[in-house]
Amino acid sequence: MSAAHDEHDARHVHGHDRGHGEAEAHGSFKAYMTGFVLSVVLTAIPFWLVMGGVIADKQVTTLIIMAFAVVQIFVHMIYFLHMNTSSEGGWNMLALIFTLVLVVITLSGSLWVMYHMNANMMPMSVHDMRNMP
Amino acid sequence: MSADEAISYYDMKGEHHPENGTMLGFWLYLMSDCLVFAVLFAMYGVLGGNYAAGPGPKELFELPVVAVNTSMLLFSSITYGFAMLEMARNRKSATLSWLAITGLFGAAFVGLELHEFAHLISEGAVPQRSAFLSSFFTLVGTHGLHVSFGIVWLVTLMVQVGKGGLTVENRRRLSCLSLFWHFLDVVWIGVFTFVYLMGVLR
Repeated sequence: MSAAHDEHDARHVHGHDRGHGEAEAHGSFKAYMTGFVLSVVLTAIPFWLVMGGVIADKQVTTLIIMAFAVVQIFVHMIYFLHMNTSSEGGWNMLALIFTLVLVVITLSGSLWVMYHMNANMMPMSVHDMRNMP
Repeated sequence: MSADEAISYYDMKGEHHPENGTMLGFWLYLMSDCLVFAVLFAMYGVLGGNYAAGPGPKELFELPVVAVNTSMLLFSSITYGFAMLEMARNRKSATLSWLAITGLFGAAFVGLELHEFAHLISEGAVPQRSAFLSSFFTLVGTHGLHVSFGIVWLVTLMVQVGKGGLTVENRRRLSCLSLFWHFLDVVWIGVFTFVYLMGVLR
């Protein structure tokens, strides 16, 4: 992250040949490859866990693949989307954090409320089910 | 007051601010798109278990196809990264080649997804069959639609770069599409984990 910062600073000093601040840091070949290799590993392991039925306990497998997804999202954010706290004067990160808060509220709120709705619904008979629209 | 004086007047505080807010503005668009997907994910999370006595994920999803699909999108992400690196080196033809490869990977992704959809529909697993299938087609279809429009945008930019070269404007456009493309890959991580893998585990 500090390397990207230095690059940003360097561009400030060396002038405005490229509409500075416009096209942001592009990352390096090494950063892209690091992100790519990490992504491949973080994708392959969840698929292997599920397709091979490696862990008998489904709940444990679910938690593990969700953890892998979260880590991979961070890998993509850092190595592919070049997120850092200094791009666009911090406004990028601020917008991202705000969005993540809304996403968490939407997802957890919906699942939580609807789960309890389902749990508290009146049970439906087979007869009712057959006559459903 | 002349233009230069006006600029120095407004820039007196010497605060850093982007000269042109396109990248920030595009980022804000992506964040709003993120909310669209969050709502669709929430909908799938709520309705994903309502099969209405129809087929469930276990019978319908073929994980090997999903794995190939995932790799297509991942490859397209890295090749777009290579295009951006060539753009930074000011090499027009190399940039265009990598963009073309990216487009082919993207097209392969959309093609496989359409093939999967056609397979589901031929088996009677149509969107009207159950709430699970409605929410599945809406969520995955919206993502596929984004990738399709990304390809249209990609081809448009290839024509523009081919005609005008790597100008400041075209670099800005390529940077925007870069964000869009990588963002779609991030959304796909959620789709293959939450919909496909967890669906088969259920």
